Amino acid sequence: MLLQMSSMRDAYADALLELGSKDLRVVVLGADTSVSIKTSLFADRYPERFFNVGIAESNMIGIAAGLALAGKIPFVSTYSAFVPGKCLDQIRNAVAYPNLDVKIVSSHGGLTVGPDGASHQTVEDVAAIRAIPHMRVVVPADASATRALVGESWRTPGPFYIRLSRATVPEIYSSPADLEIGRAEILREGSDVAIIACGVMVNEAVEAAESLSKEGISAEVIDSHTLKPLDSDTILKTAKKTGGIITAEEQSIIGGLGSAVAETVSESYPVPVSRVGLHDTFGESGEYKELMIKYGLTPQEIIKASRKLVASR
Amino acid sequence: MEQAQIPTGMLLQKAVKVRTDILEMVAEAKSGHPGGSLSAVEVLVSLFFYKMRHDPKRPDWPDRDRFVLSKGHAAPVLFATLAESGYFPVSELKTLRKLNSRLQGHPDLRVPGVDFPGGSLGIGLSAAIGMALAGKLDRKGYRVYALLGDGEMDEGETWEAAMAASKFKLDNLTAIVDRNGIQQDGLTEQIMPIEPLGYKWKAFNWHVLEVDGFDLRQVIEALEKAESMRNRPTVIIAHTVKGKGVSFMEWDPAYHGKAPDKDTVRKLVEHMRQE
Repeated sequence: MLLQMSSMRDAYADALLELGSKDLRVVVLGADTSVSIKTSLFADRYPERFFNVGIAESNMIGIAAGLALAGKIPFVSTYSAFVPGKCLDQIRNAVAYPNLDVKIVSSHGGLTVGPDGASHQTVEDVAAIRAIPHMRVVVPADASATRALVGESWRTPGPFYIRLSRATVPEIYSSPADLEIGRAEILREGSDVAIIACGVMVNEAVEAAESLSKEGISAEVIDSHTLKPLDSDTILKTAKKTGGIITAEEQSIIGGLGSAVAETVSESYPVPVSRVGLHDTFGESGEYKELMIKYGLTPQEIIKASRKLVASR
Repeated sequence: MEQAQIPTGMLLQKAVKVRTDILEMVAEAKSGHPGGSLSAVEVLVSLFFYKMRHDPKRPDWPDRDRFVLSKGHAAPVLFATLAESGYFPVSELKTLRKLNSRLQGHPDLRVPGVDFPGGSLGIGLSAAIGMALAGKLDRKGYRVYALLGDGEMDEGETWEAAMAASKFKLDNLTAIVDRNGIQQDGLTEQIMPIEPLGYKWKAFNWHVLEVDGFDLRQVIEALEKAESMRNRPTVIIAHTVKGKGVSFMEWDPAYHGKAPDKDTVRKLVEHMRQE
């Protein structure tokens, strides 16, 4: 099968241009990474609505809060390593606490920056933001999902953290994708095990399910692009239907999607949950694909976990 | 040039009211930050009862001047000033810091007239920049005022914001530093020296003015000068005294975050009202 590859950054830039043309309240802030993240395309088209604050992430979030308080809808973007890492306090106190209409869209999440090493990779960003009241957390799976969910975030008042990958990824969705904040997508029906994934791991989950079907294991695949608010209805339904869940995410399994799913099922309908993701560790330098293999973020890991779960019954 | 009449008599009366409100509400709450509230009274009175264009009946008026209390622990001075301006009843001040009150320990947007939830230090100037940028973008004539603490100068974000405000030529932004010389652990010049403070702001390309922060005329004249400056933000370094108006609190770091008891406050308030 020939996969259509696409870039989330390109999709984000397109989404911003579209939002910028239909809503004058939309402004964009950058911190010296706008060419790399492609928000510079918005700056070229709407220079008066783009603010480059230099390498000063805390200030960027504070300025975004002020813009939102004066009626603007700021989209704030830099690398995931620095937002939220360098400005969690500003996000908490100036954006989340007053529940402002600030959309934080970070790129280069997870291990995608490969050779740059652990300082620029992110394993904890999603967990950190998830714990902050009022924040919605979204991790899109591909370019079409990015475009759709960025648009949805604009339609939905309140603060968002949307985490993108630098990698070009296979297209999961046709364009335009019909996605809603807080509604997980069932990509493949199955009855033996459910694989719930977000971000680039959605494609790995689809691949794993295809292999598993050849072994006679019927796996349901769910894209839980919104980690908060989590679509607990869909997750509990699949728990009842399959009796066991594998989660897959390109970040620490502590506090991320795996945690969110485990919290939900253990309170309402306990089934075994096995989490594929980084196991309380930083990354390191290496090619992206090599790192994904070394840290177990592959279809093979999902397959192994699924087999083990099914065999334990 | 025509000199506008500054109604100093009225403003002095307001200052006494705000100062006594602060003492009473902090004593009632049995906690809070009286020191840095008392030092900022004349600055807030100058802004809310003279300089700022605002309307207590329309706290969300889009064209209003904005006030950002970056040193959010001075919430009592802001709440007292807002109440005396008519944003909410003065009697509500006694609910400060109590359960289910909207008068939280630090300002919260639920309170009419509060433009920014200051509390965690260092963020307010950034937020004021955002408001000022939006004002320019919308071609609105409103001005943005941000009151910063001098201890707050320790925060790196203050200087990130200082750079950005001059980059964006925000002449609709005025920052005021409450230079009362004391932070929680002691004297600013011992804990983390910030002098020469005026030169620092100058080096960040700001228009710098220094005033006696208790002299209403000086404060107001500086606010007027800030307004007439083009293409540059202005900072007014207001030299003040922490705990101003209460002899045993003045210059005592202990009253950064400690409330005096009710009996003491009753005597103080009687004395202040007679003066």
